[in-house]
Amino acid sequence: MIALSETTNNFLYELCKKYRNDAHELINVLHEAQEILGYLPVEVQHKIASELNIPDAKVYGVVTFYSFFTMIPRGKFNISICMGTACYVKGNELILDEFKRRLSIKVGETTKDGIFTLSTLRCVGACSLAPVVSIGDKVFGNVTPLQVKKIIDEYVEKAEEMH
Amino acid sequence: MKVKITIDNIQHSVPRGLTVLEAAHKVGVEIPSLCYMKLHDINIENKPGACRICVVEVKGRKNLVPSCCTEVEDGMDIHTHSLRVINARRTVLELILSNHPAECLTCSKSGNCDLQSMADRLGIREIHYQGEKSVNRKGNSPAISRDPNKCILCRRCEMMCNEVQTVGCLGAVNRGFHSVVTPAFDKDLINSVCTFCGQCVAVCPTGALTEIDETAKVVRALSDPTKTVIVQTAPAVRAALGEEFGNEPGTLVTGKMVAALRRLGFHYVFDTDFAADLTIMEEGTEMLRRLKAHLEGDENVKLPILTSCCPSWVNFFEYQFPDMLDIPSTARSPQQMFGVIAKTYFADLLKIERQNLVVVSIMPCVAKKYERARKEFQQDGNSDVDIVLTTRELGRLIKLCNIDLNALEDEEFDQPMGESTGAGVLFGTTGGVIEAAVRTAYELHTGKPLEKIEFEELRGMDNLREATIDFDGLPIRIGIAHGLGNARKLLEDIRSGKSHFHAIEIMSCPGGCIGGGGQPYHHGHSEILKKRQLSLYSEDKSKTIRKSHENPFIISLYKNFLGAPMSNLAHLLLHTHYFDKKD
Repeated sequence: MIALSETTNNFLYELCKKYRNDAHELINVLHEAQEILGYLPVEVQHKIASELNIPDAKVYGVVTFYSFFTMIPRGKFNISICMGTACYVKGNELILDEFKRRLSIKVGETTKDGIFTLSTLRCVGACSLAPVVSIGDKVFGNVTPLQVKKIIDEYVEKAEEMH
Repeated sequence: MKVKITIDNIQHSVPRGLTVLEAAHKVGVEIPSLCYMKLHDINIENKPGACRICVVEVKGRKNLVPSCCTEVEDGMDIHTHSLRVINARRTVLELILSNHPAECLTCSKSGNCDLQSMADRLGIREIHYQGEKSVNRKGNSPAISRDPNKCILCRRCEMMCNEVQTVGCLGAVNRGFHSVVTPAFDKDLINSVCTFCGQCVAVCPTGALTEIDETAKVVRALSDPTKTVIVQTAPAVRAALGEEFGNEPGTLVTGKMVAALRRLGFHYVFDTDFAADLTIMEEGTEMLRRLKAHLEGDENVKLPILTSCCPSWVNFFEYQFPDMLDIPSTARSPQQMFGVIAKTYFADLLKIERQNLVVVSIMPCVAKKYERARKEFQQDGNSDVDIVLTTRELGRLIKLCNIDLNALEDEEFDQPMGESTGAGVLFGTTGGVIEAAVRTAYELHTGKPLEKIEFEELRGMDNLREATIDFDGLPIRIGIAHGLGNARKLLEDIRSGKSHFHAIEIMSCPGGCIGGGGQPYHHGHSEILKKRQLSLYSEDKSKTIRKSHENPFIISLYKNFLGAPMSNLAHLLLHTHYFDKKD
């Protein structure tokens, strides 16, 4: 295992302390850790396990069970394509294919420049807008394959601004 | 409180609170089950309701119910073998089998596999379902072999590892079809917190978890004319080996086992019980020294002293309680004491190099395979113990070599390392090490002979036991735990200063070594452990010498070689040190 940086170590220590080092809060702890760190590598899980005084296997079991958690670094922006019934029927598979083609990645992968991660999910509760694509907090409705390039460009620009 | 129920058209009155499965068992109806397992006397139960083999039909309910986790209710009308139930049960099993490697002919669990017997019992002759198969990495270690592709996700191992042993090594990861039981981060067992207690192996219904088979190494060593091959047998082996040859559980086969080992070609057949007597001399002396210093007010001395015979227990505290490494006795386990005396004293007697002496152990344990490979038990790369076979492996080796154990006449162990006392025999059961230690420590401390040699208060199967033994006016408080979860409780008490014991015995496996991970499979029948325990008590009773310090060969070993217990040489050869393995 690689040693965690002091900042990460302290962050995880404080995070677990905030939840009273209570093992029942594991999912909340993982949630916040991923929000700040972007992903949950082995070292982070090990640190959380020892702070909450539970076996590594327990943390690893939870991380691998929920598709929300990831052990590989995510891009700056996570593009989620809804594959719920409504969106699927409205042709979101075509949208997904277009994202895959333009970004040259598969579902679950991150672009080489670290900007985008592509994922699918089941229903965001906006079926009337189907097909739906969500990026961060923003939801795009009634998406057509022609819009895909525009969406990508918009976020590439945002990523540049963030630099 | 009783409830009236009908099972397969016959009315019964059964106690409230039972599950349908238990109630049926009580009235002689054996509903088949796979994931379910209950060891009554030691409070171990696994009922995740995962396999659905035990489904039954309850009149008035739309769905079939899993009998292992459905409680009986008054007026319940239960059918355990209706057409619907039989069809469902067979479909469930066929679906499980559709994702199971059909390797029965070459599987090491063949003949002992619960899944195989279930397929036979339900008369499965064809599997109607074909599809994707799980592909997971297999994992080996010095002691345990893992093949997750043979796993049926019954969760028995997970329950043993987490709830009973509180080791926390094995857990289910991923979900759905991709679920697999593995150590954290898909590491190998050797790089995980695994203690190699082998209780996962003891309860696994299939060939997913087995011991590493080393019988071939023994056959090779025995056929090498340049090697002198000697064998030691642990106390618990003689109480269980007979089961591999169709004998009733609890049948002692000490003499037949010796005869079989001689026929296999071992040059000397010795007894680990001899080394157990040696352990008592060292551990008992250490205990008395610590006690004396404590009574004289020395605050540096740590009490209670903990036994250190069990390699899985040693692993457990090295991983989980590294702040308390100075509490256990430093005495090596009997297996390792035997090995080091064999490779020094006995090799000298035979006038051969240690490289040409092969020491084989027969153990009820898989952790002993790991222990023998520890670096501190080697000299110039040559291990004190070369090969460890479990009781099950010895059974296979005897069969491989065309020996009918049951037809053999009893034979005696060889000397000098085959002479043992009743105290040494007791090492095989929970409470036995401390009983043996008390017999010797009492007499060494008081200088008086014991009036009553059997300590009933230390015996039995309760998870945690305690007793106060009167050392001629000095009350010695003794604790006993078997199962690592119980050991954890005692350790946490010591850490928080609440413990009031002088000495504690700990064995990792429920029941002690008689329930070890290398013993013939108990298939969930805990009464087997009790019978093995009783047979060790009877072997102790049958011995003329029952106290370790009266073993004439131990006395002469100290006189001719070691000097005295805890002498410099004894320290060098018979004691060890522990490591912090937390990170």
